[in-house]
Amino acid sequence: MTTRPDTLSLSYALDHGQFRLELDAELPMRGITGVFGESGAGKTSLLRCVAGLERPATGRLAVAGEIWEDTASGTCLPVHQRQVGYVFQEPRLFPHISVRRNLDYGRRRADGESVDFDHVVGLLGIGGLLERMPGALSGGEAQRVAIARALLRAPKLLLMDEPLASLDERRKQALLPYFDRLHAELDIPVLYVSHSLDEVCRLCDTLVVLDGGSIRATGPIETVLTDIDNPAVDAGMSILHGTVTAYDRHYDLSTVELSAGRIRVSGSYGINTRLRLLIRSADVSVCREQPSQTSILNILPVRIDAIVEGEASTAQLRLAVGPDYLIAAITRRSCAELKLGVGERIYAQIKSVAVRGAAFPPDLSMCGDTNTK
Amino acid sequence: MTAAAWGPLWLTLELAAITTLLLMLIATPLAWWLANTQSSAKSAAQAIVALPIVLPPTVMGFYLLILLGPAGGIGRWWVEITGEALTFSFLGLVIASCVYSLPFAVQPLQAAFESLGRREIEAARTLGATRLDAFFSVAAPMSRHGFVNAIVLSFAHTLGEFGVVLMVGGNIPGETRVISIAIYDQVESLDYAAAHATSALLLVIAFVMLLAMYVLNRRLAK
Repeated sequence: MTTRPDTLSLSYALDHGQFRLELDAELPMRGITGVFGESGAGKTSLLRCVAGLERPATGRLAVAGEIWEDTASGTCLPVHQRQVGYVFQEPRLFPHISVRRNLDYGRRRADGESVDFDHVVGLLGIGGLLERMPGALSGGEAQRVAIARALLRAPKLLLMDEPLASLDERRKQALLPYFDRLHAELDIPVLYVSHSLDEVCRLCDTLVVLDGGSIRATGPIETVLTDIDNPAVDAGMSILHGTVTAYDRHYDLSTVELSAGRIRVSGSYGINTRLRLLIRSADVSVCREQPSQTSILNILPVRIDAIVEGEASTAQLRLAVGPDYLIAAITRRSCAELKLGVGERIYAQIKSVAVRGAAFPPDLSMCGDTNTK
Repeated sequence: MTAAAWGPLWLTLELAAITTLLLMLIATPLAWWLANTQSSAKSAAQAIVALPIVLPPTVMGFYLLILLGPAGGIGRWWVEITGEALTFSFLGLVIASCVYSLPFAVQPLQAAFESLGRREIEAARTLGATRLDAFFSVAAPMSRHGFVNAIVLSFAHTLGEFGVVLMVGGNIPGETRVISIAIYDQVESLDYAAAHATSALLLVIAFVMLLAMYVLNRRLAK
């Protein structure tokens, strides 16, 4: 087991009769690591083990070089000594004390380090709620307070267990920009449990795919999503990163420069903004020749990196766009008729790009899907 | 009301107050354990705690008399140490009352702790609170209504005890002559006027305490 300062190293075996968790992973201690899987895959158990709320039969956990648990040597930090911020599915605020005293609860018990109270309160937009009682908050407000409370504990690691699951779609959309903001402004590594591919694709830098208590895939999210050879990962989505270089006011289109090629998306984002572009595989089609006279705006020259034929009519192509990858879902029949082969240079047409920016505050249109037909 | 009636009243209030205080110290950890344990001993422990509710006070009193008496396990040990008997003493009454009122302290607390669940406690623990800290800062204040019920019920129940006192404590003025015994004496000696006054006093005290409990619970629920 490594105990490097930039690594979260964990290894757990847990047996709850019906359910077994058995995994081993080295994760980066920076950015957001998504733990993705169906319910019952072991995501919550994993977080609870890391927080010390659940005791594994055997397990080892090293956080940034510190050993928190090692059942072999009998080492086990109790829950209150593990510097984690835990955001549960429900806010779990203390109902008998005000929002301010809820926020102070972890802060007063944090040893040494402290986090700027006003900064965190501002970041989550809860300045106006401090004197209220938790019972008087809406679901979204309460969850924001819960996140602030966890951050003010000055955690080494933030654990988030489907923090959006208890909210309705509208509240969820309203809360997501705050996560973008945390991601951009705070330097705390996060383990983010979710069964929503959309959330994971939007927020995470690293992805762990759990199924039946074991890890099926792990790595940088762009790599995991485009690993079409791995049947456990069928995201139907790829991610490209780029920088906004120009904005055409007349057509309301921004030009995003990728590491190879460029894409135009609707809306204005500010020059030099880094954007994360989510592209559904079903929205990508391919042509042998560069298409002309098409309504589709985004056409990228690509190289076929891999072809995986599915069981039904579908085939997936992994297309190299410079150093990045894009997935196209086409029919096997098209694949045969175009006589596509690995290594060939073709053109990818992208019908729709969803933009997820790290900037804040976004006008909320930025969180919507942007069609560039 | 005669001055003679005040003595038993003060003695009773003193007994009830001391018993309630001791019971909070004993019942709180016991109720917490019962609310959270997965142990197979839980059912047996619950049955033992509930015994005083179903047993006639004379049966409870009889066993306590045996146990606390100079020949009994606890009684003999006490005599060896202090040279005094536990039975027919105020201290003996306190011990008997604690046993007799135990379910009235444990059950409301256990119910409150059970309805509390683990959620907020776990949140407190991840925010850096030790188990004890989480109990006092989160679990206890969130279970306020359970404490109110437990305090009022054990106090009121001790106030009204008769059979056990008679068996263990007898009727020694200033030592074990509590108000219910005094009323019994007054009726026996056909002093109905005094019995009326003392009974009415006890009735009012009991009513006011229960009323206070229900009012307080409504406030806390808001």
